[in-house]
Amino acid sequence: MTELAIKKKQRPKNLDLKTIRLPLPGKVSILHRLSGVGLFLCLPLILALFQWSLSDGGFECVQAVVANPIGKLVLLGLIWAYLHHFCAGIRFLLLDWHIGIDLPSARKSAGLVLIVSLTLTAVIGGTLLW
Amino acid sequence: MKRNVVGAHYGLTTWIAQRATAVLMAIYTIIFLVAVLVVQPGTADAWRAIFANGFMKFVTFLFFLSLFYHAWIGIRDLWMDYVKPTSIRLSLHVLTIAVLIGYAGWASKILWSL
Ligand code: HEM
Repeated sequence: MTELAIKKKQRPKNLDLKTIRLPLPGKVSILHRLSGVGLFLCLPLILALFQWSLSDGGFECVQAVVANPIGKLVLLGLIWAYLHHFCAGIRFLLLDWHIGIDLPSARKSAGLVLIVSLTLTAVIGGTLLW
Repeated sequence: MKRNVVGAHYGLTTWIAQRATAVLMAIYTIIFLVAVLVVQPGTADAWRAIFANGFMKFVTFLFFLSLFYHAWIGIRDLWMDYVKPTSIRLSLHVLTIAVLIGYAGWASKILWSL
């Protein structure tokens, strides 16, 4: 037991964020966390826009927000955050079910998540905002 | 035995709940996209009609409840990862729950004033 503890201590350790090279699945994972937190922080904005869009005369106001370049950018960011979180979330659910759990598949699906979520953002964002 | 106060001693149930709510939201996302694709809501009335529909109102509310529960678990995990002092962590837990319960009330008001 003590031997084990000593061995554990001697393992090389690198927690310097600047020199850690995060592999692709790691990047997808941290983006999943960041997008989840971003969406959480934007919930008041999302609910307010939803309420507004359904209120009397509010639909046109929301259309004006969409027409505004800054509004467009913010909404595009939210759409990407949702779609990335959605795609990466489904990947995590599959991994939880031990689907695609081996390293080569897991690397491939991480790349796929990035590509699919960006493509969907372009298609859905493009359709709704332009 | 030395115990740490983490504000959560129900790991597995919560873990499953996070997955279950994720699946519900994923299904709703497809339903919503199909509804928008079919209705093509270009006017206020068409947009409103989507959520005035009884089925859509019900599943949209279910989506919001799933979202708030899911976000609670996710943000709770975040506090547990990054905030170590127990008093601050528990305060943040309470704040997060309070905010999310408020959102749930807000969402029901939006949907049922249609
Ligand atoms: C279709 C919709 C969604 C799916 C499929 C989904 C899926 C998931 C999954 C599987 C996890 C667990 C990840 C893990 O344990 O590493 C998770 C975590 C999380 N989700 Fe979602 N989610 C969805 C929507 C949302 C929304 C709308 C929000 C924002 C309010 C959100 C916020 C979070 C947060 C904050 C976490 C914790 C992140 C972490 O621990 O790294 N999710 N989501």
